[in-house]
Amino acid sequence: MGLTLAWLSLIVLIPLSTVFIRAAGLGVSEFIEVGFSSRAIAAYKVSFGTALAAALVNAVFGMVVAWVFVRYEFPGKRIFDALIDLPFALPTAVAGIALTAIYAGNGWVGQFLEPLGIKVAYNPIGITIALIFIGLPFIVRSVEPVLADLSAEVEEAALSLGATPVQVFVRIILPSILPALLTGFALALARGVGEYGSVIFIAGNMPFKSEIAPLLIVTQLEQYSYAGATAIAVVMLLISFAMLLFINLAQAWSRRRVDA
Amino acid sequence: MTIRSTHTTASIGLTVVALAFLGIFVALPLVTVFVEALSKGIAPYFSALVDPDAVSAIKLTLTVAAIAVPLNIVFGIAAAWAIAKFDFPGKSILITFIDLPFSVSPVVAGLVYMLLFGMQGWFGPWLREHDFQIIFAVPGIVLATVFVTFPFVARELIPLMQEQGRDDEEAALSLGASGFQTFLRVTLPNIRWGLLYGVLLCNARAMGEFGAVSVVSGHLRGLTNTMPLHVEILYNEYNFVAAFAVASLLALLALVTLVLKSILEWRLGYAHRSAGH
Repeated sequence: MGLTLAWLSLIVLIPLSTVFIRAAGLGVSEFIEVGFSSRAIAAYKVSFGTALAAALVNAVFGMVVAWVFVRYEFPGKRIFDALIDLPFALPTAVAGIALTAIYAGNGWVGQFLEPLGIKVAYNPIGITIALIFIGLPFIVRSVEPVLADLSAEVEEAALSLGATPVQVFVRIILPSILPALLTGFALALARGVGEYGSVIFIAGNMPFKSEIAPLLIVTQLEQYSYAGATAIAVVMLLISFAMLLFINLAQAWSRRRVDA
Repeated sequence: MTIRSTHTTASIGLTVVALAFLGIFVALPLVTVFVEALSKGIAPYFSALVDPDAVSAIKLTLTVAAIAVPLNIVFGIAAAWAIAKFDFPGKSILITFIDLPFSVSPVVAGLVYMLLFGMQGWFGPWLREHDFQIIFAVPGIVLATVFVTFPFVARELIPLMQEQGRDDEEAALSLGASGFQTFLRVTLPNIRWGLLYGVLLCNARAMGEFGAVSVVSGHLRGLTNTMPLHVEILYNEYNFVAAFAVASLLALLALVTLVLKSILEWRLGYAHRSAGH
């Protein structure tokens, strides 16, 4: 017990609190000057915008993937199932260079998209694709157990009573899995906002356009501006915290609806 | 009848959509790593792997994992033990704190150690006086790795040990076993598969961590370069074959991890799944 607390404090709590103590040491004007510079604000928008877009794409397709793996049988299912967890196991830098090789202008997929006027790499779209890769297992693994507990009989009863498949989905399936879906969404979002390794290769890292907030922290540190890095980190942490709080409230609300 | 037929059409359609999505977004990057690594043939692939800088990066990555993973095993067991076998106020807050490193950006994880031990950090001047380097050296890399892999073992064991309760241990103790004997003979066998599962995920992350390590490492070739950092350097030098060659080792590690994970999940029962990292 004592060991647990001491180790936790030493490795996690004390180091994390230094960010806030350091930030409190900055003057208000200095904090706003670095933490809310136009370049920093642009970076927050890129980070949170792409993370949100990726989490939304994953919410839709992750739900489809979870559904297919819970309900259907098909050849190679076990291999595909293991593959879903690849983003947890594959180092982010490896994912980053692989995605860049695929989506760069001369890459496997990029060469076909470029003539269509779609630039993926070195663009917010590329960042979103990297975050889709990173976030997918969060959604699938959150939704799967709830879907597995859902009995097919209720759906069949609804269908036989004349409900359309869309009605069954909206009225029966979606409300039951919504809390789990929101959990997965929040996890994917939080991971996406802070993600660094898989993003920096494909992002192109152009200030005001495709520069993510974590990279801006690194840039500040490389210029020995600890104050700047700290201010940006605190703003990021606070926005993430506010977002997660909001999602938790939404989740509590949807859970109450399920229980009712 | 009509319901049946739309059902199967829909099921085939959904399966195709799901597998196509997995194929494009997950399988394709994996395949790319190996294809790019071998694009110039076998010889350049292996010469990239035996390059002295690559070898020292591999050694450093193994060293860091060999320190960080055991530390987290000890902590994970202690934390899960405390939470599952004792009652105390603030339990749920403790669990939240243990999970904290998962919700913090790896870059911020690196930053906090810079603020503590960097040149302008709290202990920076003191460390400099005593000629002991943490930042831009191996201790910093180990610390950052321990931070980001902190929750893996603990969060795997907490639900498992809570579920098993404390009856077995109490029985052993009442029959005269010592605390340590009870742990070794009763608790450890009960949690061994869950523990292995946590260790597996912890190790994969420890060897693959990039963001946190990148901040504190200083990127000194042959000295403080882990495998993922070496991949970055090679890639930025346009040495793509070598970058993908080193990356392919990490991808192999990921594949081995996934295979072992599937086996362990089968051992633990299909219901056991870890969502959330």
